[in-house]
Amino acid sequence: MTEYRVEGRGRVNRAKPVKFTFDDKTYEGFEGDTVASALLANGEHLMGRSFKYHRPRGVVTASSEEPNALIGTTRGGGKGRFEPNTRATMQEIYAGLKTESQNKWPSLKFDLGAINDRLYMLFSAGFYYKTFMWPRSFWDSVYEPFIRKAAGLGKAPTEVDPDHYASRYLHCDVLVVGSGPSGIAAALTAGRAGSKVVLVDENSEMGGTLLSEPSVSIDGQPAWEWLEGAMAELDRMPNVTRMTRTTAMGYYHQNMIGLVQKLTDHMADVPEGAPRERMWRVRAKEVVLAQGAIERPMVFDGNDTPGIMMAGAAQTFLNRFGVLVGKKPVVLTSHDSAWYSAFDMADAGAKVVAIVDTRETVSQALLDEANARGIKTYLSYTATGTKGRLRVSALRVNPVRNGKVGSAHLLFCDAVLVCGGWTPSLHLFSHTKGSLHWDEEAKVYLPGHKTEDVHIAGAGRGLWGIAAALEDGTKAGTDAVKSLGGNAGVATYEVADDRTGTGITQKELPTDRSAGKAKAFVDFQNDVTAKDIRLAVREGMKSIEHVKRYTTNGMATDQGKLSNMNGLTIASDALGKEAPQVGLTTFRPPYTPTTFGAFAGYHKGKHFEVTRKTPIDSWAEEHGAEFEPVALWRRAWYFPMAGEDMHKAVARECKATRESLGIFDASTLGKIEVSGPDATEFMNRMYTNPWTKLGVGRARYGLLLGEEGFIRDDGVIGRMRDDLFHVTTTTGGAARVLNMMEDYLQTEWPDLKVWLTSTTEEWATIALNGPNARKVLAPFVEGIDISDEAFPHMSVRECTVAGFPSRLFRISFTGELGFEINVPARHGKELWEKLWAEGQKYDICPYGTETMHVLRAEKGFIIVGQDTDGTVTPQDAGIGWAIGKKKPDFVGKRSLDRPDIVAPNRKQLVGLLTEDPKTVLTEGAQIVADPKQAKPMKMIGHVTSSYWSESLGRSIAMAVVEGGFDRMDDTLHIPTENGDAVPAKVTSTVFYDPAGDRLKVE
Amino acid sequence: MLLIHCPYCDDTLPELEFAYAGEAHIDRPADPSKLTDEEWRDFLFIRTNVKGVHAERWRHINGCGRFFNALRDTVSDRFLTTYKAGEARPDMQTLEAAE
Ligand SMILES: [Zn+2]
Repeated sequence: MTEYRVEGRGRVNRAKPVKFTFDDKTYEGFEGDTVASALLANGEHLMGRSFKYHRPRGVVTASSEEPNALIGTTRGGGKGRFEPNTRATMQEIYAGLKTESQNKWPSLKFDLGAINDRLYMLFSAGFYYKTFMWPRSFWDSVYEPFIRKAAGLGKAPTEVDPDHYASRYLHCDVLVVGSGPSGIAAALTAGRAGSKVVLVDENSEMGGTLLSEPSVSIDGQPAWEWLEGAMAELDRMPNVTRMTRTTAMGYYHQNMIGLVQKLTDHMADVPEGAPRERMWRVRAKEVVLAQGAIERPMVFDGNDTPGIMMAGAAQTFLNRFGVLVGKKPVVLTSHDSAWYSAFDMADAGAKVVAIVDTRETVSQALLDEANARGIKTYLSYTATGTKGRLRVSALRVNPVRNGKVGSAHLLFCDAVLVCGGWTPSLHLFSHTKGSLHWDEEAKVYLPGHKTEDVHIAGAGRGLWGIAAALEDGTKAGTDAVKSLGGNAGVATYEVADDRTGTGITQKELPTDRSAGKAKAFVDFQNDVTAKDIRLAVREGMKSIEHVKRYTTNGMATDQGKLSNMNGLTIASDALGKEAPQVGLTTFRPPYTPTTFGAFAGYHKGKHFEVTRKTPIDSWAEEHGAEFEPVALWRRAWYFPMAGEDMHKAVARECKATRESLGIFDASTLGKIEVSGPDATEFMNRMYTNPWTKLGVGRARYGLLLGEEGFIRDDGVIGRMRDDLFHVTTTTGGAARVLNMMEDYLQTEWPDLKVWLTSTTEEWATIALNGPNARKVLAPFVEGIDISDEAFPHMSVRECTVAGFPSRLFRISFTGELGFEINVPARHGKELWEKLWAEGQKYDICPYGTETMHVLRAEKGFIIVGQDTDGTVTPQDAGIGWAIGKKKPDFVGKRSLDRPDIVAPNRKQLVGLLTEDPKTVLTEGAQIVADPKQAKPMKMIGHVTSSYWSESLGRSIAMAVVEGGFDRMDDTLHIPTENGDAVPAKVTSTVFYDPAGDRLKVE
Repeated sequence: MLLIHCPYCDDTLPELEFAYAGEAHIDRPADPSKLTDEEWRDFLFIRTNVKGVHAERWRHINGCGRFFNALRDTVSDRFLTTYKAGEARPDMQTLEAAE
């Protein structure tokens, strides 16, 4: 038995001792303990160093709002399973768990960073804005390294998290958040009425307050027996689901609640393949929030000394975990609840030194009970200091009479249990933008106007005591069932020995010392003191939102669960205004820190996005292709042979295609079938080109603009019939183009009889290019003559190729004789293999997207999205010829006359040839006219495409340049990162075969 | 995640199935060439950016594929109603009276 464990108390499993480590020292606890309760059982309060001043800090709560006891944990398996900032109060222990303290060097007990504590003035409110402003030269040498060193809480993991995270949807009638007495009563009520109920709690077991109040009895049963019965009843109902270790972390529109369920963080042996956490997206018809209330610290000098903690937490450590947090505690309070904590401690064998209450009077019953236990009581007292640095050894207290603080004396102790009142927990309600109204009497915010189908029960509504909670929970359950159109029986509960009570809240406690020297903390996690808040007000911050940002009060990972109300009370006092006039900051999801894994769920690694593969993808893989992602597609990039790098492979592929024959998988091209009696009219309105006179069996380059006149997409479009167009789009633009077409068709021209069908995945598309393309294709083609006369450039026919039904295009994106064969996707690979076999006679060469890019650039063909960027018009790109000038209208036509579109000196697409033919420019590089000008230089454009051209034996590039068409033969300069500039001459974008002779292979 | 009623499917479905498509009731002029530069600019770029009830277009893109219109309160992010493309914007008073 460890020193502070109390026989006969608590719910931990005494039959199962558990060993774990904290800062490499082995500790023993029991199954059911948290790291915090097990360390406390060993007498360890010191669990961390504070964020800013590196002050020693002890655990202050027994729950998820813990601001101090944040530890690093390494869960089962180690590698990649390190997590910083785990709350020691929530992490259950198991055999082999490794934990460590944070923000300390070299050790928790002796931390050099604590020097910051002496530099207090440097860090006061607004220090982020003030301290580091001047002199400028100090930024690089002093301030930034300093901030970098000081910033951050815990240390970030350095390995990839190997765990996986699950994700599910859930629909229910009533979701109950919180399983204290009100949550249980609500779940019982709705469950008995037959509603589909889900009850969740972030703790490892349900019961909430009941776990800390075993002396209460309900319906004649001790609280824990009643609790067991209630859980058994809920578990018997098939319509009720209970989930522990499950945090309702966010409340979103229309009653969608995000739940994060921790599945394995408490296990020594994690089942193979078990997810670590599961994110539930719950759509509940009704929500009951029974989140209880959070105990408020008291603000006085030295209130962060280890050994000082919330009185309710001490009661929980005693009753739930069987741990005395001290043997000689002093209780400091302004609420009756802490008196009961004192009584429980005394009854468990502690020598309670005193109860110090700031109030002038308390009930005689409490005084009698204190007297019966021999506990001294001090009413109308204040606390003004502490003794002890790593552990509190005395509390300095003074009487307050008529507003005057009297002389001090010390109460020697080993713990101080504090209660400064209770704050209803309304975080989730705040997520819904439900309004809060200020209760002047209780000095708390309570739920006001609701925006969702939500009911708030128990301490969250400012109610106190278990009888009140059960009754209110029952009412919430009944109301929820009623809203669902049902009827619930109203149970009543007989509660004996209920510990009802009242209390007050206050600003920082009065002191006889200089308030300016007090280290009276409001926000433990961000090290914000009462003085900081008053300073912020003096420096002009009037709204709580400004005070918050200036001081960082409430901006830590606990979102001010302990500090916001004390901060508000002090700020409103400093401003001389009532709290509601000063306002309240908004709580936002998540309720407690949530792993990225829980949000990502399955969407990581290979499952981050779908990978679309063409029917020919497996062939490319078998033949050693390197792949690149294009939109969601995986495309063969190049096909390296042994010993080849990309440069060599691409040079070989280019040469082979220009000299004989290349084969290319173009299946990813977007394809849309535009059909119907008004198909031609629709095409005329959508695309810039004229379509009326395009004959059946002919194809044309089509250009699509946005209504603002800029190029959106392009592609070759074939006319299959009078009423049927085979439209191709860019690989990445297919979905966008279809959406745009649907938009115009549905909403602007609903009178047109046109049908649009995406056929991208219906067709496999194989491109054959090179002087021998026809020779290899011809033997496979049936039904048509593909000679140059019968099937000239820009033709399309339906025929069969190798016996497969086909749409065969004669087009070229390389400048060589070219064909694109579309066959049903399921035949794609077989056709490819047949062409591959036949092509061996001509040294057929498979090429990838890189070679495709080079070959098209040699011809000056643009790639939308690479050579254009959403601000390029057809004229800018030098393809004004694609505009049907006689057409009265098309999408974007009016914009081509906009003043800024016809203005001179627009950026225009030109070719660039470097003076040194070996220099390949960097894509994206900026262009200047005079490289000798002073910096910053005037940038007149940028390089859009740049390659080594094997065919030309030199580099080529395309660029958009201001007034580029008027700069032909000028020399421009492209500054490089090593300080010099590459001269290059402006040219036409067509570098290869400008006359187009190579298309005319007989 | 919002739930949105598709007036074509006549079903209320999760936001994931839908795509936003800008402000509603901005008709493309029948003959854009008749518009002045200023009028055309207004058609292209000028939007109301309401604080309050906003008429806007949505597409049931991962469902029936239809474009429709909605009235949504940009303050509360609440959908007040949805209606088919081509229908007139519902009058708020009639809408409230019907509730
Ligand atoms: Zn629909």
